[in-house]
Amino acid sequence: MHKLKKIFATDSYIVPLVAILMGFLVGAIVMLVGGYDPVAAYSALFKRVFGSPYDFGEAVREMTPLMLTGLAVAFAFRSGMFNIGADGQVIIGMTAATIVGIKLAALPSFLLVPLAVIAAGLCGGLWAGIAGYLKAKRGINEVITTIMLNWIALFLANFIVRTFLLLPGQNRSEDIPASMSMTFLNSMFDNARLHWGTAIALAAAVFFYVYLWKTKQGYEMRAVGLNPHAAEYAGMNVGRNVVKAMFISGVFAGLAGAGEVLGVFHFQSVFAASPGYGFDGIAVALLGLTHPFGVILAAILYGTLTYGSAGMSFGADVPPELIRIVIGSIIFFIAAQGIVRWVLKPFYLKRKKEKVL
Amino acid sequence: MDVLGQLLNTTLVFSTALIFASLGGIFSERSGVVNIGLEGLMMFGAFAAAVGGYYAQDAGMGDLAPWIGVLCAMAVGIIGSLIHAVASITFKSDQTISGTVINFLAAGSTLYIVKLLFDGSAETPLLDGFTKYAIPVLSKIPIIGEGIFNSYPTTYLAIVMVIVIYFILFKTPFGLRLRAVGEHPSAADTLGVNVNRMRYIGVMMSGMLAGIGGATITLTTTGTFGHNTISGQGFIAIAAMIFGKWNPLGAFGAAVFFGFSQAIRNYVQLFEWSRDIPQEFIFMLPYVLTIIVLVSAVGRSSAPSALGQPYDPSKR
Repeated sequence: MHKLKKIFATDSYIVPLVAILMGFLVGAIVMLVGGYDPVAAYSALFKRVFGSPYDFGEAVREMTPLMLTGLAVAFAFRSGMFNIGADGQVIIGMTAATIVGIKLAALPSFLLVPLAVIAAGLCGGLWAGIAGYLKAKRGINEVITTIMLNWIALFLANFIVRTFLLLPGQNRSEDIPASMSMTFLNSMFDNARLHWGTAIALAAAVFFYVYLWKTKQGYEMRAVGLNPHAAEYAGMNVGRNVVKAMFISGVFAGLAGAGEVLGVFHFQSVFAASPGYGFDGIAVALLGLTHPFGVILAAILYGTLTYGSAGMSFGADVPPELIRIVIGSIIFFIAAQGIVRWVLKPFYLKRKKEKVL
Repeated sequence: MDVLGQLLNTTLVFSTALIFASLGGIFSERSGVVNIGLEGLMMFGAFAAAVGGYYAQDAGMGDLAPWIGVLCAMAVGIIGSLIHAVASITFKSDQTISGTVINFLAAGSTLYIVKLLFDGSAETPLLDGFTKYAIPVLSKIPIIGEGIFNSYPTTYLAIVMVIVIYFILFKTPFGLRLRAVGEHPSAADTLGVNVNRMRYIGVMMSGMLAGIGGATITLTTTGTFGHNTISGQGFIAIAAMIFGKWNPLGAFGAAVFFGFSQAIRNYVQLFEWSRDIPQEFIFMLPYVLTIIVLVSAVGRSSAPSALGQPYDPSKR
C-alpha cells in the first residue's frame, strides 16, 4: 500500500495520465465543433473493444505488432539511434517467416514454427544491422539508410512473393502451413485471431528491461546512447554497440512480422504501398516514453484506440480519422510536459499548502 | 513523342514536391530543429490546396484558383508548423516527438475536415489544377525542351526557390545567423542573435515550403486529396535533405534523383532492355544506389551540430 502511494505520488505517472485525459478532451472538442456527440462516440469506441470476446481478442491481435515495433524503436532510441526502418524490418521478418513456413512445410510443426519465428527475428535483425553497420563504419546517418531500406525491403519482399511463393492468379503468397495461432483459445474468443506473438512481445519487453538495466552489455549500450564520446573515452567500443543495438531492435520488428503472417493472415500479400507498421511503432515508442513497460501500456492504449475507432464510425457516425487527432494530442501533451505541468500547477500548489498546514 | 523528354518531364513533376519539402527541412534543421514532421506538413499543404483550390475554382476564379490553393497551403503549413515550434522551442520538448505529433495531427485532422466539408466523402472533388506552361523558344529544343521547358509553373518556381534559398542561407546576414543558431546557439546568443526567434522562423519556413510541396502534388498530379495522396514523400524529402548535406543545391540534386525513381515506374515497360529484369529490381535500384553513393562518398554527413538540442541559456 505504501509502495502504491509512492508510485502515484511521483508525477512521472501523473503526467502521462493527465496527458491522456487531455488528448481525449481535445478529441471531444473537435467532435463538438464538427457537430458530433463525443460521449456517444467514446462509449461506442470502448463498447467496440470490450463489447464481445471476439472484438477483445481482435484488439489484442492489433496491439501485438504495435508492442514489438514500439519496442524496436524504443530500443534503438535508448542506444542513441532513430530507427525509422521498423517498417522494412517487419516486412523482411514476414518474408523470412513465409519462406520458411512454406518451403520447409515438410518439417513437423514443433520444429517448423520456431524455425520460421527465429528466421524472421534473425532476418529483421540483420536488415536493421545493415543500417547499424553503415553508421558504425562509415558514419552514415541511420535515418536515411533506414528510410532507403524500407523501400528496398518492400520491393524485395514483393519480388520474392511474386516469383517464388505466388498463389496462381492472386496477388498473394500460397497459404502458409506453419501457424502461430492459439487455437485452444478459439472457443473462448469466438475465433479471434490470437497468436503466440503476443506472448513473444511481452517476453521481449522483459528481455529489453533486463538486458538494458541489469547487464553490463546493456549498461554500455545506454552509455553509448547518452554520450558516445564519453563512452568511447571510457574504453567502450561505440561501433560494436551501435551495430548490436540496431540488430536487437530489428529482431523485435522481425518478430512482429512473423506474428502477422504466421498468426494473423496465414499468407503474405504483395504490398501496393508501405504497410505502415514502423510509423505506428515510432508513435508507440514515444507514447511509452521509450521504457519497455511503458511501450507495452502504450501499445495497449494505441491498439484500443485504433481498433475502437471503427466502432466509433459505426456507432456514432464519427469519421475514424478523429482517433489520429486524439493519439497525436496525447503524444503532444506527453512530449510537451511543460504544458501538462502548467495545467497541473494549481493542484501542486494546493498540495504544498496542505503540507505547510 | 520523345520518351526521354517525357521521362525527364515526369521526373520534374515528381521532384517538385520533394524539392520544396526538402528545402523546408533544410530551413528547420539548419536552425537546429529536427523536422520529422515534413510528411504531415506536406499533408496539410496538399489538403489546404485541394480545399482552397476547389472553392476558388467554384467561385469562378479560373486560372487564379490553383494559386489560391498554393496560398492556402502556405498558410496552413505555417499554422501546422507552429505546433512543432511551440512544443519544441518554447516548451523545449523532444523535437522528434513533436514532429511525429504533426504527422498524426495532419493525418487525422485533414481527412476529418474533408469528410465534414464534403458530406462524408473520403476525397476532395477533382480540381483542374495547374496547366503546363511552355516557355517560348526554349521549349523547341529537342528532349530538354519537352523535358524541362514545358513544365508546370510550380516546377519553375521550385528551381528558382533553390537558388534564392541558397543565396539567403549562405550570402546574407540572416542566413548566417540562422546557421549559427543551428551550429552553436550559445555563441550566437552571446553575439545578440535571438536564438528562439531564429528557430521559430526556421520552423515556420519549413511549414510554408513543405506546405507548397504538398500543394504541388494535388494541383499537378492527383487533382484531389485523399488518405494516400501523401504516402512517404515527406520521409523521402528528409532523405533528400540528408543526402544533399543540408545544402539547397545538394537537396535539389537528391530530390530530382528520387523524383526520377518515381517517374521511371511509369516508363519501365517502354524500354526494350528493361522487360527482362524483374520490375521490383528497377524500382529498388535508386534506393540501393543512394546507399552505395553514401557509402562511397568521402567525409561524414555534416548535420548542424546543435541539431535536436533545445536551447536553454542556463546550460552551457
